[in-house]
Amino acid sequence: MTTAVETGNKADLPPPASTVGVVGWMRENLFSSWRSTVLTLLAVYLLYVAIPPLLQWTVFDAIWTGNEAKDCKLPDGSAKDGACWIFIKAWIGGFMYGLYPYDLRWRVDVAAVLVLLMFAPLAVKRLPFKNIYGVAVILLYPVVAYFMFRGFIDFPLSDPQSTTHPWRVVETSKWGGLALTLLIASVGIIASLPLGILLALGRRSHMPIVSTFSVLFIELWRGVPLITVLFMSSVMLPLFLPEGVNFDKLLRALIGVTLFSSAYMAEVVRGGLQAIPKGQYEAAMALGLNFVRMMALIVMPQALRYVIPSIVNTFIGLFKDTTLVAIIGMFDLLGAIQLGNADPKWLGFGMEGYVFAAALYFVFCFSMSRYSQHLERKLHTGHKKR
Amino acid sequence: MAVDVRDAGSAPSTPIWLDARYRAIFFQIALLVAVLAFGAYIFHNTYDNLQRRGIASGFAFLGSTAGFDIIMHLIPYQASSSFGQALLVGLLNTMVVAIVGVIGATLLGFTVGVARLSRNWIVARIAAVYIEVIRNIPLLLQIIFWYQLLGKSTPGPRNSISLAGLFFLSNRGLYMPAPVTEDGFWLTVAAFIAAVVGSVVLARWSKKRQEATGQQFPVVLTSLGLILGLPLLGLLVMGVPFHWNYAVLQGFNFEGGMVLIPEFISLTFALVLYTGAFIGENVRAGIMAVSHGQTEAAYAVGLRPGPTLRLVVIPQAMRVIIPPLTSQYLNLTKNSSLATAIAYPDLVAVFAGTVLNQTGQAVECIAITMAVYLTTSLSTSTFMNWFNRKMALTER
Repeated sequence: MTTAVETGNKADLPPPASTVGVVGWMRENLFSSWRSTVLTLLAVYLLYVAIPPLLQWTVFDAIWTGNEAKDCKLPDGSAKDGACWIFIKAWIGGFMYGLYPYDLRWRVDVAAVLVLLMFAPLAVKRLPFKNIYGVAVILLYPVVAYFMFRGFIDFPLSDPQSTTHPWRVVETSKWGGLALTLLIASVGIIASLPLGILLALGRRSHMPIVSTFSVLFIELWRGVPLITVLFMSSVMLPLFLPEGVNFDKLLRALIGVTLFSSAYMAEVVRGGLQAIPKGQYEAAMALGLNFVRMMALIVMPQALRYVIPSIVNTFIGLFKDTTLVAIIGMFDLLGAIQLGNADPKWLGFGMEGYVFAAALYFVFCFSMSRYSQHLERKLHTGHKKR
Repeated sequence: MAVDVRDAGSAPSTPIWLDARYRAIFFQIALLVAVLAFGAYIFHNTYDNLQRRGIASGFAFLGSTAGFDIIMHLIPYQASSSFGQALLVGLLNTMVVAIVGVIGATLLGFTVGVARLSRNWIVARIAAVYIEVIRNIPLLLQIIFWYQLLGKSTPGPRNSISLAGLFFLSNRGLYMPAPVTEDGFWLTVAAFIAAVVGSVVLARWSKKRQEATGQQFPVVLTSLGLILGLPLLGLLVMGVPFHWNYAVLQGFNFEGGMVLIPEFISLTFALVLYTGAFIGENVRAGIMAVSHGQTEAAYAVGLRPGPTLRLVVIPQAMRVIIPPLTSQYLNLTKNSSLATAIAYPDLVAVFAGTVLNQTGQAVECIAITMAVYLTTSLSTSTFMNWFNRKMALTER
């Protein structure tokens, strides 16, 4: 039996077709007004101009197979249209290790694997004696790495083993490539942290002479470009030392990088110290802790935890800045690329080298910045105002 | 706050070596002695080393003949000029890159910063990709890349890309007509200065009047008219006292005109692109720091989107943006020193490079170079701090 009057609710009508699905999304996000439409069309045109030729060069026209430069060239000797990725394939060893002797590159690999193995336990949440282990690893690993890179048996040149022995010394001038980039960046950040903490404490100190020195030191390094610091360390440092004492070029660059980044680190740490409420200091003093213990046990753990993301960001900056050592004649990743570009066998493929380096730097820096953002979110919960 | 000097007077039993006041004095004296001793040691070593190498220290070398050419100089300079003039040329070249770079990066940065927040999906995506890619690639690599690309993709002077027969782009740079002033041009300059001063006065007067009576005055249009019109009048009165010096192809290169050398173009381009990405992020952060309630309130009192942005959001965002903007400007200036990698003759390349190598005066050259950057940095940050305080004053 049917009734003339319907009771109950009818099912909702579906929303208009123009507001849902792909069309609706496009109306909302691409064509919401005439201005938006113009912008969208401009953007699409821009992409149309930029993307296809780029893909053409990097992928479709690129030369992927072959071993020699002539595979990338037309019969008349001019370069083919696409990117010549075989150049990268031929030089990848150089880009990774620089001028490091070919038969000893496994030592660098071992050092790289060791860093993963030694630091991996720190990822375990409830590792017993985690702090002690962490400090031990940070102190121990550089020593291990140094001997892996350098070797420890220094043969005289006349000894035939000076070119064959697996543990022979490799001069620092031979170190290079991505390995050197990572080395400089890590040493710079690890060495600058304690210095930066001292400077930050000094800057916030009530003792006028201490704080003046800290401010002068920090502002001096922050006010000048890194390249002048590197020039200074490579030209002036030898003048500062007594006769006969000579620093190795790499060490000089490391000193320059460390001094430079310690000033930036000091400002980062100072930011962390400012975020610690006064009550924490007062509570520590009320417990009868002296200055060192108050800082080491109460203030610094909180302050440093707070600025971990900023430290990672400083590290990213330093990682990018290590390219500058190429200007003072070292073969870091960029220096190695330039070395490869100057290879007479592969002349004319400079672009490929730079694009490869850019991609590599991007992968490193982008993943680190993502990690820093992740840390920021993770650590943020602990510092919300109650 | 970190070191709280407790009042020792109230605790007479405290032995002197545990008294924080005396400790502080002791520490400071120890530090001072250590730093002075270190300085003296370095000074002594340097003096010894210089004596042994037979290098006379001092700044007398600034007066002697340089003997090398510089490919770009804004003031008259030739090989017979002095090292001091070379320093000046390098400094000016650095300043030009810094000023052009700061202007370009600010415009680009504000554009991408706003674009990244755009409701238009594709525009926001493009801005985001641009920012992420550029920020994560070392600047030095970018500078070298653009320099190589420019060198590779531009033809030789004979086949240069010509625009209306006035501009020529080739691997020697961008040639363009140069204005040459004649007698009587001073009036145009004077008119321009008068117009600028007049606009400032006008803006102040109109603001005062608006605050007093509520009446608005079209300041922007009037100022624009003044700044464009007065110099033009000055030109016409004196019978257009300038002419163009055109670049003409002669033999293998261009003669006359002005040239932007490829080093300058690629350096400035890379700096603008790189710093613009960072400024974009600062701008985005600044705009996001202004709570949405401000926009809603502005709409509620009847402001349209344009004035809302101009009068409500941007003034508040600027307070967040200015401090990081300052450090970006300083970074750009300092980063311009990477010019030395592509042989653009900036301060570092000319003075800490060529001059240092020719004279061997390492200490003086590096010290002067660092002092110049330090002065620039400190004075810029002093100015921006002042500006920042001025902006912050309007806060409750």
